[in-house]
Amino acid sequence: MGGITYQSGRAPHAKEHRVIFRNIDRAGWDTSIDTYRKEGGYEQLKKALGMERAAIIEEVKKSGLRGRGGAGFPCGVKWTFIPPNNTKPVYLICNGDESEPGTFKDRYILHQDPHQLIEGMAIACFAVGANLAYLYLREEFPEAARIVEKAIAEAHANGFLGKNIQGSGFDLEIYVHRGAGAYICGEETGLIESLEGKRPYPRIKPPFFPAAMGLYLCPTIVNNVETLCHVKHIIEMGGDEYAKTGTKNNTGTRILCVSGDVQKPGYFEVEVGKVTMGEVINDLCGGLRPGRKLRAVIPGGSSAKVLRADEIFTVGRGDDARKLTIWDIPMDFDTLAACGSMAGSGGVIVMDDSRSMSWVLNNLNNFYAHESCGQCTPCREGSLWMKKITDRLVAGKASPSDIDTLYGVAKNIDGRTICAFGEACSWPTESFVEKFRDELVADAKPSLESAIVNPETLTAAAGLCD
Amino acid sequence: MSEVKPDLVDVQIDGVWHRFPKGTRLIEACRQVGAEVPHYCYHPKLTSPGNCRMCLVETGMPPRSAPGAESPQPDESGHLPIVWMPRPVIACANTVAPNMGVRTTSPLAEECRKGVMEFLLANHPLDCPICDQVGECTLQEYSVEHGKGESRFREQKVKKPKNVAVGPRVRLDDERCIMCSRCIRFTDEIADDPVLGFTDRGSHTVLTVYPGRELANNYSLNTVDICPVGALTSNDFRFQMRVWFMRETDTIDVNCATGANITVFSRQNKIYRIVPRRNNDVNSDWMPDSHRLNFHWIDSEARLTEPMVKEHGRHRAATWSEALAKTAEKLASLSGSEIAVIASARMTNEELFLVRHLVRQLGATQIDIVPRMGEGDGYLISADRNPNTNGARLVLGLARPGDGLDRVRSEIEQGRIKAVLCFQENLVEDGGFSPELLGKLDFLLASYPLAHSTTGLADVVLPGACWAEKSGTMVNVTGRLQRLNKAVDGPGETREPWEILRDLIASLGGDSGVTSVAEIFRQIAAEVTEFKGLAWGQIGDLGLPLIETGETIPALEREKQRKAAGLIVG
Amino acid sequence: MFTVPQDLEAEIDERITHYPVSKRSAVLPVLHHLQQHFGYLSEEAVEWTAAKLGLEPIKVLEVVTFYPGFRQEAPGKYHIRVCRTLSCAMAGSHELMDSLCEKAGIDRSGVTHHHPIAVSPDGKFSIEFAECLASCGFGPVCMVNDDFHEAVTDAEGLLKQYS
Repeated sequence: MGGITYQSGRAPHAKEHRVIFRNIDRAGWDTSIDTYRKEGGYEQLKKALGMERAAIIEEVKKSGLRGRGGAGFPCGVKWTFIPPNNTKPVYLICNGDESEPGTFKDRYILHQDPHQLIEGMAIACFAVGANLAYLYLREEFPEAARIVEKAIAEAHANGFLGKNIQGSGFDLEIYVHRGAGAYICGEETGLIESLEGKRPYPRIKPPFFPAAMGLYLCPTIVNNVETLCHVKHIIEMGGDEYAKTGTKNNTGTRILCVSGDVQKPGYFEVEVGKVTMGEVINDLCGGLRPGRKLRAVIPGGSSAKVLRADEIFTVGRGDDARKLTIWDIPMDFDTLAACGSMAGSGGVIVMDDSRSMSWVLNNLNNFYAHESCGQCTPCREGSLWMKKITDRLVAGKASPSDIDTLYGVAKNIDGRTICAFGEACSWPTESFVEKFRDELVADAKPSLESAIVNPETLTAAAGLCD
Repeated sequence: MSEVKPDLVDVQIDGVWHRFPKGTRLIEACRQVGAEVPHYCYHPKLTSPGNCRMCLVETGMPPRSAPGAESPQPDESGHLPIVWMPRPVIACANTVAPNMGVRTTSPLAEECRKGVMEFLLANHPLDCPICDQVGECTLQEYSVEHGKGESRFREQKVKKPKNVAVGPRVRLDDERCIMCSRCIRFTDEIADDPVLGFTDRGSHTVLTVYPGRELANNYSLNTVDICPVGALTSNDFRFQMRVWFMRETDTIDVNCATGANITVFSRQNKIYRIVPRRNNDVNSDWMPDSHRLNFHWIDSEARLTEPMVKEHGRHRAATWSEALAKTAEKLASLSGSEIAVIASARMTNEELFLVRHLVRQLGATQIDIVPRMGEGDGYLISADRNPNTNGARLVLGLARPGDGLDRVRSEIEQGRIKAVLCFQENLVEDGGFSPELLGKLDFLLASYPLAHSTTGLADVVLPGACWAEKSGTMVNVTGRLQRLNKAVDGPGETREPWEILRDLIASLGGDSGVTSVAEIFRQIAAEVTEFKGLAWGQIGDLGLPLIETGETIPALEREKQRKAAGLIVG
Repeated sequence: MFTVPQDLEAEIDERITHYPVSKRSAVLPVLHHLQQHFGYLSEEAVEWTAAKLGLEPIKVLEVVTFYPGFRQEAPGKYHIRVCRTLSCAMAGSHELMDSLCEKAGIDRSGVTHHHPIAVSPDGKFSIEFAECLASCGFGPVCMVNDDFHEAVTDAEGLLKQYS
């Protein structure tokens, strides 16, 4: 990045490739539209407004951009799911709920480069024909809400939002909608229900695929903050050129957020698949803490299945098959999926050998039990059950067969719920039990096998409490 | 491929191919071919949130051939092979797709049900011995069919509110609630009284009525009916009787002209509760609380249990033959024009037919019924509070029921009418006849289930069975012919009105020639144009359309719209 | 007596215009405004919101009780939310909670699922655990009212900023 200077101690690592985070921590940078426009801000919106809508979507498809929120679904393909004969209004929602534990990328865009997002949103809205868009922001970003609203006002004042944008005849209003502290609002249909003023209970799909029946039962595109920022750069570079960054089927850059037991946790924008886990931990993050060994990594937000440090992963098929250690894994969607986990939201949580896996799992189970919306049976009942088992496990009150029960409960949630929260809450348990069974069993007490661990369960069974 | 009509799709259910209209929900397709898919939250009259996950089934589709690859070949039956998907889907909200396969009893489907059952019971209090839902609880039912038989749950259960009066007639036990949301959807979507909701979240979610509000609308007890567990119970019924001890009689409600289809639950001649019975042409699955609870008078102290005759201004008990003889003797001394007969649109067509016979026998010219008009409620309660006004129109040939009452009153006043025979009505309370006016009569006969102001004045009082104690047919507001079926015996010497009329006709020297209600119906079918060609056995549990009245039932109209919009199965 | 000041109501009315399709969508923003002003959401606030948006009060209560971001009990003057999710917990958020409570004189022994907030005797500070606050790389993280604090190791120093 020629000519850009960053705040002291915050310069990007040499292995980073800053596109979305180009202006994050940049010296002399601020959130005003003037600063943004000095560097060509809103030029891509102007360019897009002169393009055919289908051509924009085609560029995004060609770029290979995959959603950065967690599922990694191709963005351009998602946009084409709006029914072709649609006559209803189309809405765009930017998912800024950033709530997957381990993920902290959107906050910097929102706090430091809001116009980049607004421009990306405006281009996307034009492409899909949306005249009304909402930015759903998590409640815990009050400052971001103020910053983005100010930026929206500036964009309005400069003719980049509102009626007849830049004389194109295209109208667009963007409003900020603040959540109130619920992980489930990151699920797109839960988010939509929340935005409709209801309990954010995810909708069943079918029939409620947002692109056909979303907000107010109208076609709605829901994209992550980072994803929408990429749209701006795709217009700038062209889809083909963009697709040259990153790797095949895993194009572009993405922001990795690293937390846990590394020397220098933080955020790093890298080309997808061009950096390995080893480089992330050892180079970008300065390695593990002194004297510590790697125990496990959760590679894509807390719901991604944990990877054990000493696992050997087989990826690729047939002649392309190769074996990888955890250090060799390129950080891309497909390889992490092949390793049995996922790139998810880009939140990498590193755990060294000082950590109790029972304790880690219990922490995650506590999170998911707290965040289960309670709408559908398996997740509502199972998430709290799993937490209660691991509560006992860390308190020394669990028996080895409780570990089997724990695993069975997770399996009974996985794949059987309304939304992906079922997987999100069961995968940690499934993977921790599969990979750290011995350690969990070591924390259990065989003597408790037939013990009554909760006398209350007996009196409840007697049932005389009406 | 076999030839398929464009609106039908081939679906394989449990190994057998069937054809269903496009848009059919899997759960309904399965039901139609006898593969019941267990479920809690799904209700065909409500939207489908898909929250209970009990109806998960295994599905598959024909393989998608890769570009350039050979396309798969159909089997001898013309169907493509099915590739089964590892992820189960809910049968309630998914619709049939061409060449789809569904397995409702595969290991995956069974495993899913077992899992959901275990989850539902994890925090359930398991207080079945003292729960009112026992015997009709789907948690119990499915536990037997799909449960594991033992629980792995060793944790503390979540504590929730118990014994909450959510309204004047409904009680809530939140620990038993499985959060299927049927009651909330009912109050939101059907009763337009959204006072129920879920508060808190996750495993701590509770069904709540807003503080200071009540579930008090006149349809509140329907939530008890659709609650699949013992969370919502009826104050009126709870702890009164175990359901398996009761006899069920399918009949109709008589509180208004809608004629809601109901089931009467009774034991040893006592009615314990009434619940609505699905009839998509009458009351859907619902009924008003006011109608449902209007049965406690049936075994009240005020019931007439034996005939009475008045002597020296006082009633004394009499035998049926004595009372009928006294009546015949009195009537013999009067000419037809001196007698008025006032029947009731609460009577069955068969009873009214015998009234017609009696009128002919007497040569009476004044015959009418007491109209009972009120306000419709915009749901299921008809403005006409008589259940069989249309029957009275048809059978008695009354053009405008009730229009003749003024003339009867004035002719009594003038002394031209000297006797009134009143069947199943209360002339003083409901018919606009003052006691003074009735005092001018030489003779008043009153037949009714209860002692009331008119029976008090009558020279002869005949205890007539009430609606639950008799059988017959009625014609509802939309012109539907429906059957009333006897659920319990009347108390004491009570007789069914048709028997009373038959005997009265006989004591006057006539012969109705009937020995059963079915036989009267046969006569009606022979004599009354609209009934031509109908047979008693043809009417069935759901009735049949008899005449066009142009009237509609508001709740049904809305249901039709919701069905057309695809919101509900209907 | 529950009264919404005119200027607050005007702000709320403006917010409602952001939802031209359905006023119900404004439930969250209206509640945020009321909580910001009153500190928590009383029964009156719920009913005011319902009346404002033409909803049944239960529909508002359903929302209020779902979100941990809404409080039904009065917090202290400074409300602290300490993140307890994995990365922050690994970085010491439980220890941070303990020392914040100790320094602020807060007793959390009465905290339950239904009453997650503990208040200091002088009413100055209140505290609760929160799930992931999305700054996992810089834990332990906490919020004091709307202020965000990363890598908090000095509980006393943090509290001092608010005295």
